[in-house]
Amino acid sequence: MEDIKKRIAHIKFWNGLFQVVGLLSTFVGLVLLFTLMADLFTDGAPRLSYKFFTSFPSRFAEEAGILSAWVGSCLVLLVTACAAIPLGVAAGIYLEEYASKNRLTDLIEINIANLAGVPSIVYGLLALGLFVYFFEFGESILTGGLALALLILPMVIMATRESIRAIPNSIREASYAMGATKWQTVKWHVLPYSTGGVLTGIIIGLSRAIGETAPIITVGALTFIAFLPTPPVSSDFPFISFKWLFDPFTVMPIQMFNWVSRPQKEFQLNAAAAGIVLMGMTLLMNGVAIYIRYKFRKKIKW
Amino acid sequence: MKKVTPQKVRERVIEAILFLSALSSILITVSIVFILCYESWGFFKEVSVIEFLTEKDWMPLFANPKFGILPLVMGTLLTTGIALIVALPLGILVAVYLSEYAPHKIREIIKPVLELLAAVPTVVYGYFALLFLTPILQKFLPDLSGFNALSPGVIMGIMIIPYVSSVSEDAMIAVPMHIREGSYAMGATKLQTAFKVVIPSAFSGIAAAFIIGISRAIGETMVVSIAAGGMPNLTLNPLESVQTLTAYIVQVSLGDVPHGTVEYRTIFAAGMTLFLMTLGFNIVGFWLRKRIREVY
Amino acid sequence: MSAVTSKDLKAEAKGLNFFYGSVHALKNISLPIERRKVTALIGPSGCGKTTFLRCFNRMHDLYPHNRYEGEILLYPDNVNIISPEIDPIEVRMQISMVFQKPNPFPKTIYENVAYGLRVRGTRKKQVIDERVEKSLRGAALWEEVKDRLHNLAFDLSGGQQQRLCIARALATDPRILLFDEPTSALDPIATSKIEELIIELKNEVTIIIVTHNMQQAARVSDYTSFMYIGEIIEYDRTDKIFTAPSSKLTEDYITGRFG
Repeated sequence: MEDIKKRIAHIKFWNGLFQVVGLLSTFVGLVLLFTLMADLFTDGAPRLSYKFFTSFPSRFAEEAGILSAWVGSCLVLLVTACAAIPLGVAAGIYLEEYASKNRLTDLIEINIANLAGVPSIVYGLLALGLFVYFFEFGESILTGGLALALLILPMVIMATRESIRAIPNSIREASYAMGATKWQTVKWHVLPYSTGGVLTGIIIGLSRAIGETAPIITVGALTFIAFLPTPPVSSDFPFISFKWLFDPFTVMPIQMFNWVSRPQKEFQLNAAAAGIVLMGMTLLMNGVAIYIRYKFRKKIKW
Repeated sequence: MKKVTPQKVRERVIEAILFLSALSSILITVSIVFILCYESWGFFKEVSVIEFLTEKDWMPLFANPKFGILPLVMGTLLTTGIALIVALPLGILVAVYLSEYAPHKIREIIKPVLELLAAVPTVVYGYFALLFLTPILQKFLPDLSGFNALSPGVIMGIMIIPYVSSVSEDAMIAVPMHIREGSYAMGATKLQTAFKVVIPSAFSGIAAAFIIGISRAIGETMVVSIAAGGMPNLTLNPLESVQTLTAYIVQVSLGDVPHGTVEYRTIFAAGMTLFLMTLGFNIVGFWLRKRIREVY
Repeated sequence: MSAVTSKDLKAEAKGLNFFYGSVHALKNISLPIERRKVTALIGPSGCGKTTFLRCFNRMHDLYPHNRYEGEILLYPDNVNIISPEIDPIEVRMQISMVFQKPNPFPKTIYENVAYGLRVRGTRKKQVIDERVEKSLRGAALWEEVKDRLHNLAFDLSGGQQQRLCIARALATDPRILLFDEPTSALDPIATSKIEELIIELKNEVTIIIVTHNMQQAARVSDYTSFMYIGEIIEYDRTDKIFTAPSSKLTEDYITGRFG
């Protein structure tokens, strides 16, 4: 009996110890995240000003800004969204609602899982060979946006599938029983009910795209751009222009990368400031995604 | 014969469009393989495969170029190895803690916050590795050069913790409660149950999580480009500067290498090597994840 | 409730109440457990028999918001095993359990049986070897598995897996062995093997078994307790309960009028 008591004390000691270790390990990442933000903030915050957002990069660190970078990021993201969302959602719908179980769909499935694991820089090489040289889009916003679209496509497809799968079959049957066709069922029931999950997936995908650097570097985005792309709206006929799609560009992470790589301390402070803006954009998007997921989960309960 | 109504036509057209969208993913893979093969083919016409695999120097831009991929592969493996030494133990500890110890409410809060670690742009991690961690490490390791494998490796490790912990935890949560109860009923503690019963039960899922982590680390680009330096270096010394496959591609892309030259094609040869390395891991990982779904 | 025929008790529940949050699942239960006898708990689903069984090795402590009141005394030490001062692990080390579904661990046959010993820190290979053999013999499984002790337990059939779980529970020399509907997931042949085993085991260990199968209770148990909506309606010798129950409710249940 005494033996057992000793033994229990022993194993309970290790159990308690592990509980502390486990908790600490969980916090290592979180503490690092906060250190990182604090470090970025102390270095970069003094550089944040209205001028920083409205100035082009410059040889003089104090005068340099991120105007061309954030405009570039927004335009690239626009192209990415226009390409990845319809394609990804459509593919997700097909795989969940239409596809019959056969070799081809199995292959598509394995293939998507595999694409999700391909390093982002390989997408950059693909875009370099395909969009820059084969389709001759050049080192343009269009190329950059499409490269990122390919990169986040598997994420959008997987998010779409997951949220469609969560819809109980009884809903579909109810719709078919009323004489609806497949597409009507998808349009009126499946899509509306899965909006929350799909939207969450899309936003998380786009937030990944906005922070991606590697594929944009390989397609040849410039690191020093002191002009803006052609405005999409002009005062002359036909008022709307797509010329900006083919303009050279830079994006936020590349601007930051460029500044980090410089030996001068002043540029590194600029990098920190750009980092704050970039982190702010990503965290904001992730926050919105979490909020949407939470909101929709509350609204629809099966 | 059935009547062909406009509605039926519309249904078929929509289905065809959706099908083509799904098929596009295959097209992407085919294009990746094609582009990599095509440009690598051009590369291997000028450089022998044997030299590529056995030569110990990677100096493609020199007047007397040498094309040995080994230093880049070694750099990749070294930084990946360091990242794994950090990420695997921590990832598994976090997963065990969240799945076996943490109260439900705490888990619901910590999981999304932890996943933010994976959402931070990698260029920011690069900044952190070069300008925050390296200076700190240099205080303890005076031999550490300003560019080194250690600092980006550690940062990458922390970056991939959520990948490892999240998939491992899913696998552990999927272990049915009655298996755990069998262990508790024998008088086991949570710790004993976690390590002797839950982890072995969730083994293939945890292995899949490790593989996802490995393939992330191999493919990671910006952290190593910024903080590991640009010296192709056949070394296993984490204190020295190394260049990874990914960092090499970035280095060449930043410069002005004309389309169609051997130098241009080197990045595709490096990309091909990278693609094959991650492809192998991804296939094993996919197979393992499929297996967990079948067990229960 | 009729008089207990023997004073040789292993355990006894006295005024036991149990709550799942605000649900009052067991109401003022008192029940003697005779030493080296089989006590069966029967009753319709949801009557609380499994809940009661799981009080004996404090399985309810694994989940939040569960609460015990009253006592379960373990003799001869006279310890109240549901008292909050007693560590559930200490209780479980003395009272083993066999579950409804066979739940072997993803380990070898040998390691499954050795599990309890390893949890208790036993390291000597010779001791473990002996105990593994003894327990497997005790669970009537030795002959079938002695040549493949190092195969995975999942390779065994359902009935064999359940006997392995019994061997696992026996290996630590428990003072009481709890069975929670141990044959509900098994075919008739495997079931009869387990039943024979239970009858044999009572020579060495006190047994409490929950079953929804009344024939099974009649075949294996010495005492039977009929439970209904969290209460014990009747407790007596098994032959008495099945031939001349004193409560109308018990009679209705065992003659199959409800449940």
